[in-house]
Amino acid sequence: MPQELSINPQAMRGWNRAVGGGSVRHRNRVSKLSTTTWTVAVAAVVAVAGGMAFAQKSKAPAQAAGEIPRVASAAPLHPVTIQRPAGPPRVNTGTTNFHGQAVTVACGTCHATTQPNARTHTSAELDQFHQGLKYAHGELNCLSCHNATNYDTLRLADGRSVEFADVMTLCGQCHGSQLRDYQHGAHGGMTGYWDLSRGPRTRNNCVNCHDPHSPKYPLARPVFPPRDRISVPVKAAAANH
Amino acid sequence: MSQPTTPPAEGITRRDMFKGLGATLGLAAYAKALAPLTEWKPFESVEDFLQKHYSELSAVDLEVVLKRIEKDTKKQYGADVQVSADRPQPGVKFGYALNLSICIGCRKCAEACHKENNHDRPSHQSYIRVLEMSNGSLDLEKGNAHYDHPVPAKDKFYMPIQCQQCDHPPCVDVCPVEATWKEPDGIVVVDYNWCIGCRYCEAACPYHARRFNWSKPQIPAAEINPVQGYLSNRIRPQGVMEKCTFCLHRTRNGKLPACLEACPTGARVFGNLLDPDSEIRWVLQNKRVFVLKEELGTKPQFFYFFDA
Repeated sequence: MPQELSINPQAMRGWNRAVGGGSVRHRNRVSKLSTTTWTVAVAAVVAVAGGMAFAQKSKAPAQAAGEIPRVASAAPLHPVTIQRPAGPPRVNTGTTNFHGQAVTVACGTCHATTQPNARTHTSAELDQFHQGLKYAHGELNCLSCHNATNYDTLRLADGRSVEFADVMTLCGQCHGSQLRDYQHGAHGGMTGYWDLSRGPRTRNNCVNCHDPHSPKYPLARPVFPPRDRISVPVKAAAANH
Repeated sequence: MSQPTTPPAEGITRRDMFKGLGATLGLAAYAKALAPLTEWKPFESVEDFLQKHYSELSAVDLEVVLKRIEKDTKKQYGADVQVSADRPQPGVKFGYALNLSICIGCRKCAEACHKENNHDRPSHQSYIRVLEMSNGSLDLEKGNAHYDHPVPAKDKFYMPIQCQQCDHPPCVDVCPVEATWKEPDGIVVVDYNWCIGCRYCEAACPYHARRFNWSKPQIPAAEINPVQGYLSNRIRPQGVMEKCTFCLHRTRNGKLPACLEACPTGARVFGNLLDPDSEIRWVLQNKRVFVLKEELGTKPQFFYFFDA
């Protein structure tokens, strides 16, 4: 039942919208309900309306998977913007045009005439192009995620294509626990406001931090260590005297 | 037969000489002891000295105090700043959680704290100390805060420690002058103008979260964060204690703390513990969180967890 999965594109889009406001979320969910669950849904809506009538802070009783629940508040909430890739990547050809600008081409430019090879795992197996691409992402091959029929899109595990901008849907297929944590604000960097009634928030998407070809977070050089008197280690302090 | 005693000689006797010598030495020692006073320049005005405790300031008093601090900062540091006194919001109690599986120990949080909170530049001061710990151990005594190599190192994990905003804060209990207290939104604050710098609180804190201003903080005017709070990041005077306030000048206005925004891996989760739908509540309900030194009964409002 792909429609029921939290990672399917409809649910993702519904969730992205729902982050901003509640009304869209309700409409979206009701339209997806099958007739057998209609009565349950109506009962739920009545229950919510009843709860509000008694001025109680009530939540929608059945949160669709992947939605961020929010307090029912009179104040309109500011949006949570998830950064998204601008679109399909463009490949730098290494040449410049008449105006001195770098010439880039879409993936499909070359891939329209080359034969896809489902067995390619790493760039080392290629004799041209994508040389030096560091690959360390499990046992996947290129066409696990890249769409052989349209290289300017990505491919879900069930064969459907997905835009580069919706890359999180793709990642979430395998990394479900990370997606779940992300949806609850417990994974991924963010800036802005914790209190959405006072301001908006911007969140990273998966590929802001993880290179999709080598997703392990890279080593970092730490910022300066503390130098306050009390925390200078005994050995270092002794060496200074 | 006893010798006849010699009659006292005219002029200076030996006794007089010793008296004079003693008096001279005494005066010299006294002068030496008082010498530091000649170098003492009062950087505290009379109004500063006579200022009441923060909790006793009326709205008008407070306004005057804030303006005075702004003026003093301009005079001493050459920076135009705005000092506010944001109040706790009703229905808000702050909580913080940190995912130790994700933290890589890059100290970006400490750097952000350093800048946000107008810390003394030469001492690299910050409210966050990141401990490098060996896998399989939670012994804070063995944590190393001074590592300087690419992180994360093999078989290590990293534990940033800052004020845990305890519900039973021992630092508050020991303060002899009530210069530090817990606010209704859970933040333990210091009135820097009331603190006498006895450092009892530093000794009482089991998390080593408090810092002392050994010298007057040195910050170039261009680097001073002009958005300041009376109880948080205004430039502290010399000789007072300071501590993490969860960036209350930001968080009481709805913003995320600086350390969270700086975290490149998203290891930090911040929010309102009283909001059942907040991110922090989700973490508390769905992750196996723990607090540091739970056995001390300090009831920290800062939680750590590992991904399962």
